[in-house]
Amino acid sequence: MNGTLKRVAVACLAMFALLMINVNFLQAVRAEEYRTDPRNTRNYYDRYAIERGRITAGGKVLAQSVETKDSDFKFVRKYTDGKLYAHVTGYFSPESESAIERSENALLDGSSADLLLRRSIDLFTGEPTRGASVDLTINPKAQKAAYDALRNSGKRGAVIALDPKTGAILAMVSLPTFDPAELSGTDKGTVFKRYDELDADKSQPLLNRTISQTYPPGSTFKVVTMAAYLEADSSRGPQTTVAAPQRLPLPQTNISLPNYGGAACGSGQVTLVYALEKSCNTPFASMGMELGFDAMKEQTEKFGMGTPVSVPMAAAQSDFGKDYDKAALAMASIGQRDNRMTPLQMAMIAAGIANDGTVMKPYLVNKITDAKGDAIEEAEPDELKTDAVSSETAAKLREMMASVVSNGTANLAQVPGVQVAGKTGTAETLDGAPPHAWFISFAPAEDPKVALAVIVESGAANVGAEATGGHTAAPIAKAVLEAVLNK
Amino acid sequence: MSEVAVSPVPMPAKRRGAQLIMLALAVLIVMGAYANVGLAIDGQVPAGMLTYGLSLGGLMLAAYLVLAKFAPWADPLILPLVTLVNGIGLVVIYRLESAPMKGASATNQIIMTGIGVVLFAVTLLVLRDHRALQRLTYTAGLVGVVLLISPLVPGLGKEINGARIWIGFGSATIQPAEFAKIALVVFFAGYLVAKRDVLALAGRRLLFIDLPRARDLGPVLITWAVAIGVLVLQKDLGSSLLLFGGFVVMLYIATQRTSWVLIGILLFVGGAFLAGQLFSHVGDRFDVWLNPSSAEFYEREFGGSYQIMQGLFGLGAGGILGTGLGQGHPELIPLAFSDFIFNATGEELGLTGLMAILMIYALIVQRGLRTSLAARDPFSKLLAGGLSFILAWQVFIIVGGVTNLIPLTGLVTPFMSQGGSALLANWILIALLVRTSDAARRPPPQAIQNEGLTQVFQR
Repeated sequence: MNGTLKRVAVACLAMFALLMINVNFLQAVRAEEYRTDPRNTRNYYDRYAIERGRITAGGKVLAQSVETKDSDFKFVRKYTDGKLYAHVTGYFSPESESAIERSENALLDGSSADLLLRRSIDLFTGEPTRGASVDLTINPKAQKAAYDALRNSGKRGAVIALDPKTGAILAMVSLPTFDPAELSGTDKGTVFKRYDELDADKSQPLLNRTISQTYPPGSTFKVVTMAAYLEADSSRGPQTTVAAPQRLPLPQTNISLPNYGGAACGSGQVTLVYALEKSCNTPFASMGMELGFDAMKEQTEKFGMGTPVSVPMAAAQSDFGKDYDKAALAMASIGQRDNRMTPLQMAMIAAGIANDGTVMKPYLVNKITDAKGDAIEEAEPDELKTDAVSSETAAKLREMMASVVSNGTANLAQVPGVQVAGKTGTAETLDGAPPHAWFISFAPAEDPKVALAVIVESGAANVGAEATGGHTAAPIAKAVLEAVLNK
Repeated sequence: MSEVAVSPVPMPAKRRGAQLIMLALAVLIVMGAYANVGLAIDGQVPAGMLTYGLSLGGLMLAAYLVLAKFAPWADPLILPLVTLVNGIGLVVIYRLESAPMKGASATNQIIMTGIGVVLFAVTLLVLRDHRALQRLTYTAGLVGVVLLISPLVPGLGKEINGARIWIGFGSATIQPAEFAKIALVVFFAGYLVAKRDVLALAGRRLLFIDLPRARDLGPVLITWAVAIGVLVLQKDLGSSLLLFGGFVVMLYIATQRTSWVLIGILLFVGGAFLAGQLFSHVGDRFDVWLNPSSAEFYEREFGGSYQIMQGLFGLGAGGILGTGLGQGHPELIPLAFSDFIFNATGEELGLTGLMAILMIYALIVQRGLRTSLAARDPFSKLLAGGLSFILAWQVFIIVGGVTNLIPLTGLVTPFMSQGGSALLANWILIALLVRTSDAARRPPPQAIQNEGLTQVFQR
């Protein structure tokens, strides 16, 4: 029987060999596939197993991981002033994350290749891996001022402020907002239920209106038309006179374009600065038609439209619209029709003018440091578009925009002791709702430290003048300017 | 001549000292693993470590002493190897209990280990010569079949998780198939020793295989019928496969005829195929095996792939080195403490740990087969060969099942899975192997020369 016994022994050996080969295949070859399977709930526990880095801004901790007693969820995410920074920090929910929590996830949770060396050292010294901390460019005072001022208006809207010289984002507020803590708990049931509620909410609290939503820019877009008009002929200046009829007949149609409320614009022949101060429609519509679609679109692109921007959250694309006909171009030149801009894009236009015609790449992350405080990455300001306008044109625009605030529609944005430049806008919406109130601005006009865009949705409900952007949006801008300039 | 005559037969060494050292090593590894679990979960050495460790150590010392006294020539490796897998199983169950996982109970398991070791010792004490079992061939067969079908008796049998393989008295349940396994191996060994010549020689040769006579097919067909009966009536695919496979291999060892293996495989595959067509739960196992990650099977509430996928996720999470004891989430795998304990171990000890565990099993089987080769009589050879094969076969079926190498059938991982019946039965199985190896390795009676014409035997 020894012969058959030996064969049985070989069969047993073969069985164990098969088992071993199979286990090798599963744990060495296919392990990654099983690890990353979305049905593998271990991923969900792993999210809470390491100490994520902090998110800070201006010396203030916005988000941090706090140790718990629970063995399944070692660390949970805590947010300071969650509602105020919700659209900046984002949330960290059991299966997903948003905003900075998402964009910088690999650094925050320590899995980034940039942290490889640090992780290897931790492995040898036996220290638990900790994620890197992300410091933001947000100025907490400006953020708070923008949030409070916008909230006091009782409307939905957005405020975004930039440092025009670097592109650093100083304030990013979108209302309505949400509490990231509610979406960052460990209990999937409650978190997902809350998320579904917020997601279904018609007021869209989860939407970051500063970068993810586009609006018709209204009269704030006249700055772009003006820029193109000045660029086309360097002899033009604030005192150049243009025709400003009460109504402008639009070619190939039987309609004519009025000024806001059908009002006259001066004597019908006005200076450029006057047209901007009073935000007359007819002269800008004529300018746009005179320049042509391509020149207008090109000017908008020089200010950054069409260039993908990530702050690091990707911004929605702004759009000048299609080249239908002269009448459509006339409308687009005063910021109506299907001309749509994000508040970020409008802020970049203001910042470009403030920065002598150079548009800087907007960014939100100032510095990334590892758990020991050593810098891994530091933001380096970068130009997005140079010569959006020549520096002469930029100077002329600054002078005219300053005049809009001191003599025109935006007097509510005046800050004592500082020359503020700006442009109001009132954007009609298609559905007949009250128009949106816009304001773009920078200050001080002679040496700008901050540029911003404010939009208050349906913010022009009960005001009768073109000054509506000036009435609702300008005071919000003023609060932010004061916060940044320490006034 | 003054030179001492060299003994013609080399004396096998008893190696009791080596066995004691390895036993101590096995207990130390287990205690270290306990400490590891406690440190990982609570940051401190668990209070129970000494209690568990000392009770395991004490038990093994007792087993060692019984073995040294009553089976001194037994293979020195078998007991330490079994101690190690049993201990690792205990630690994994303890770890699952602290997860916490409902149903896992390390206390229960250590009590069962204790009883198992007592049964091991009692078997060695009572059964001084395993050949006595040969006289009980048909009794063993009857006991085996009665145990096997006992769960079908109304009022006695209990159906748990869809399989009717338990009998219960109040809240206590036992799985008689585990004990039937041993009784049937004893029966097969005795029966085949008696009939092997007939089974091996009679018959006609057709093409290249030797066909047995029709009347010799009887016992094969009966065993097949019992196996298929277990499969169909008790819905216990695992035990059915285990028993029939064990029988066929023993038949092959005894008769040295490949035709038996081919006939056996054909019969079983045919029976299983029919069962698969007739009973959905058997067919489901096949679908799930071929396509475990498909969403359709994964989301199916009964007979789906959720369990096997969770097991595979566990193995994936472990990777090559494992998460470390106490640092994974093996409690996410359903039945991690019983059927899927291999996956729970793989998650925390990694590929490295699983290779070691498979190696330990392979070594136990190898020591058993060595015993079989060394045994001097056919009954001992068949008994040791059958017991060793059935152990290997069981590891293959369950580990292959939970790692999706073969379709999943419900069996326990020997010595590791929580559950009294299997642990007790396997300790008895090991006692029989040890007893056989003692007889096999014991030096044959030496003829003392120079005594004139009279030969005096000395042990």
